[in-house]
Amino acid sequence: MTKVLVDNKEIDVPAEYTLLQACEAAGAEIPRFCFHERLSIAGNCRMCLIEVKGGPPKPQASCAMSVRDLRPGPNGEPPAMFTNTPMVKKAREGVMEFLLINHPLDCPICDQGGECDLQDQAMAFGVDSSRYGENKRAVEDKYIGPLVKTSMNRCIHCTRCVRFTAEVAGTGDMGAIGRGEDMEITTYLETAMASELQGNVADLCPVGALLPAPQSFRARSWELQKTQSIDVMDAVGSAIRVDTRGREVMRILPRLNEAVNEEWISDKTRQVVDGLRAQRLDRPYLRENGKLRAATWREAFAAIAAKVGATPPQKIGAIAGDLASVEEIYALQGLMRALGSANVDCRQDGSKSHPKFGRASYLFNPGIAGIEEADSLLIVGSNPRREAPVLNARIRKRWLRGNFLIGVVGEHADLTYPYRYIGAGPESLTGDLKAPDSSKKPMLLIGQGALARPDGEAVLKRALDIATASRVFVDGWNGFSVLHTAAARVGGLDLGFVPGGGGMDALAMAKGGVDVLFNLGADEIEVAAGAFVIYQGSHGDLGAHRADVILPGAAYTEKSGTWVNTEGRAQLGERAAFPPGAAREDWAILRALSEALGHKLPFDSLSALRVALYRDAPHMAAIDQIVAGSAINAAGMAAGAPDKAAFASPIQDFYLTNPIARASATMAECSALARGRARQAAE
Amino acid sequence: MLADRDRIFTNLYGLQSFGLDAAKKRGAWDQTKVLIDAGKDWVIAEMKASGLRGRGGAGFPTGLKWSFMPKPDPARPSYLVVNADESEPGTCKDREIMRNDPHLLIEGCLIASFAMGAHACYIYVRGEYILERERLQAAVDEAYAANLIGKNNLHGWPFDLYVHHGAGAYICGEETALLESLEGKKGMPRLKPPFPANMGLYGCPTTVNNVESIAVAPTILRRGAAWFSSFGAKNNAGTKLFCVSGHVNKPCNVEEAMSIPFRELIDTHCGGVRGGWDNLLAVIPGGSSVRCVPAAQIVDCPMDFDSLGKLRSGLGTAAVIVMDKSTDIIRAIARLSYFYKHESCGQCTPCREGTGWMWRVMERMVEGRAQKREIDMLLDVTTRVEGHTICALGDAAAWPIQGLIAHFRPEIEKRIDSYAGNPHSDPVKIAAE
Repeated sequence: MTKVLVDNKEIDVPAEYTLLQACEAAGAEIPRFCFHERLSIAGNCRMCLIEVKGGPPKPQASCAMSVRDLRPGPNGEPPAMFTNTPMVKKAREGVMEFLLINHPLDCPICDQGGECDLQDQAMAFGVDSSRYGENKRAVEDKYIGPLVKTSMNRCIHCTRCVRFTAEVAGTGDMGAIGRGEDMEITTYLETAMASELQGNVADLCPVGALLPAPQSFRARSWELQKTQSIDVMDAVGSAIRVDTRGREVMRILPRLNEAVNEEWISDKTRQVVDGLRAQRLDRPYLRENGKLRAATWREAFAAIAAKVGATPPQKIGAIAGDLASVEEIYALQGLMRALGSANVDCRQDGSKSHPKFGRASYLFNPGIAGIEEADSLLIVGSNPRREAPVLNARIRKRWLRGNFLIGVVGEHADLTYPYRYIGAGPESLTGDLKAPDSSKKPMLLIGQGALARPDGEAVLKRALDIATASRVFVDGWNGFSVLHTAAARVGGLDLGFVPGGGGMDALAMAKGGVDVLFNLGADEIEVAAGAFVIYQGSHGDLGAHRADVILPGAAYTEKSGTWVNTEGRAQLGERAAFPPGAAREDWAILRALSEALGHKLPFDSLSALRVALYRDAPHMAAIDQIVAGSAINAAGMAAGAPDKAAFASPIQDFYLTNPIARASATMAECSALARGRARQAAE
Repeated sequence: MLADRDRIFTNLYGLQSFGLDAAKKRGAWDQTKVLIDAGKDWVIAEMKASGLRGRGGAGFPTGLKWSFMPKPDPARPSYLVVNADESEPGTCKDREIMRNDPHLLIEGCLIASFAMGAHACYIYVRGEYILERERLQAAVDEAYAANLIGKNNLHGWPFDLYVHHGAGAYICGEETALLESLEGKKGMPRLKPPFPANMGLYGCPTTVNNVESIAVAPTILRRGAAWFSSFGAKNNAGTKLFCVSGHVNKPCNVEEAMSIPFRELIDTHCGGVRGGWDNLLAVIPGGSSVRCVPAAQIVDCPMDFDSLGKLRSGLGTAAVIVMDKSTDIIRAIARLSYFYKHESCGQCTPCREGTGWMWRVMERMVEGRAQKREIDMLLDVTTRVEGHTICALGDAAAWPIQGLIAHFRPEIEKRIDSYAGNPHSDPVKIAAE
């Protein structure tokens, strides 16, 4: 710790602090544009200039200088800096004037208006008029992809976007061409950005130069209702803020959560918004004479009751989909128990993760933030860039720090960091494969590409053997990390929503094992002809097309629900909007249906449901926490040699993984671009 | 006048061959092994004693700079980088060294690298210097062939020398931008601290020196620090290459003792000012980046760092630009403003936005199409650029205008009056490019 004087106030700060951090710690506000906590220091906007005593007689960029570079006073006084002297005031006014001379005065028609750093800081630190009488610079707008709209006249060249794509996203899409006042930010030859995190550059942009394209001219920030929630597009459970106007979700923004997503979200998380409006199921449907017709809730329930009443319990089954919240899975579990059926499953992809092997066998045990502690990583059967882009950015962040060996068994894909490619399939999972001896905290990341296959259990066994040999479990460190792709998966496994004694799993049920199948939003599984399918979900997708009865449910932004992410962290999503038309929250549908089936579930409100849920699964009550579960229990795991087939990531198209995304025109455009890139790369 | 026997650059005009044999006859590579055997401490002490100040413009003591290099560390090798990106308008001294006396530079590189524990040296040659690069490369090849440099050279200090060709950007003459460019990145200055002596090329300790500073080192060591410091005033020791251009009868490059009075320099070597001394208007004494000095103040001023600094100008690279009374001084400075606007790298705000602003106002002042209050506004803008930027280009863009306003304000006002006194249609607005 070093003592420094900030505006004559003494304060103790670590020596590695920048002057900007030291000033903030002392309570002095420092304006900035280029500086961002998660990006490298550029020091180019010059807005954070402060006066430093003992240095050269000119202002210093406080973001770029560290406390240890300061010299003490002549008699050993602590180094002094000032943020409120005439020199600092003049420097800020000068820089602000320079920034504004070529910045258009178009705030009334700029989407950034109201949440613009330049606007705010010009009010706080600028002068009231301009002395610039020449023509302003005009810059052509650039095409940089379907998600980010540019208005390059407004660019102040802070290079946050350039640094983000180079450092966090790892694709290096953006750069600056030209020099001096002709410098322009663009992508190479105005191609679309290739990153799955590109939407974040619009958040980073301190002015209105980069804006989210789909939200262009649609809303003002001050007329939006902001709701804190949780993302369900992947199993990471990124913290999001859902902005609504009236009943409509207008946009989704990231929220800060250091443990999970820092402050990034993937493009799917952000721009799936238009999918929430399209293809919605807004009333119940019944299939009559092979065609679906609109029906009332009463008719739908009656049809279900008639069918269920005529079917023996062992011929009734239920599958929970990838977006379901813990509450509705719990309600469905209760209903199936009451009906006497053991045919329940939350693993529509056929994953072999199972609670009987211990909770630690299906969690991302070190935690997402734990990646930064690890010192080697073996990725088995996963493409984290497609399955969890935000988590992949964490791996890249760790790799950038150096001394991080990465090996991959599975797809040979561009993960935005280099790695040692070991092999394609289970054959490479041999006894020779283990972390280097120098590695103190090795990690083994296993994805659904390795587990969601018939021989998944044998692969899991092999991976556990390698993990043990690699000292993945030592001294309180557990580097065994299962990366899920479905937001509902861990919650379902935690509840034990897997086939009970003699019960069928999802694949067996879908192949015709049951006569009545209750499908809770499972749209990635093909159900064979014959069974009577009740589909409850929000979008008209694969599941609804196959259904005999459709019960319209709520999308994730329209209900309050718990989701457990791949780390085992229970997180609460809040309702930001209402379901459309006759659609209802899913737990309420199941509660109403249970009454129609004569097995009334014992709760009448969401809070009553949660009381029951927390009694049965207490760790669900520890919101935002990871509660340690049972250890890995490999006994009973199918031994034997796994198949020779290569691992393939279950996600081949990042942009179209769930019914909401498939309903989104924006995601369709991104997907088409990505496919085009892949084709071009193959040629 | 400097005696011929005291000249370091004896082939400055290319009257003899630049090759190794001719260079050896002139004294290059003489006793180099003896100098190296004397040890690095002796070399640095001698350089410090000689009082040599960096010849690239800032005038930082060279020996002191060499002594800043940390102790050799096998994990982080040290580098010497020679700044041959000579782009300052008016300056043409390094060009002549590389063309006609390259072996002095190569020998200097070896000795300087030895003194700071570097085994590799890069010479970054300006993009527009084609012949210079070819000559220098040829000389390097000769030195390798004669085993003067190389892994197992006869001086016993393993040493490799690389000539790198820039792409022609003024900003790459700034030492940290030069390092960026050398690393293959965009030539944009780095933030300091850390300084290159700590984190330079590829993150390793690096010293960046001007060509002339390095090329004079072997001769200084051979003839002794006392000999070198016998020239010039206190703290401004040595001989120096002056590049005199503009309105003199015989513009030339000449090696002279430091602190030579301006009048003597011009009369002795350049045949006097065009039209006589009464015709002298102003002088830019150190390349385009320093403030101009009006005739009355410069004629008897010693040409050295401290004397010119007292006039709020500077010796800079000693590129003396002489302007007689036929010069439109406002137009001349406006042209320099255009140069800085064109060469600004665009990284930091005050320089990127300010250079264009200053140039546009200057262009109007050339015509007189301005308000008198804009003179003070322009002066204020220059102070908001100066000292607020990452590198010194912002300062360099501000100083010529400050010099103009300090010394020639009546000239600008006269121009404005004469424009306002004559009928003009409103100027047509032209969109910014």
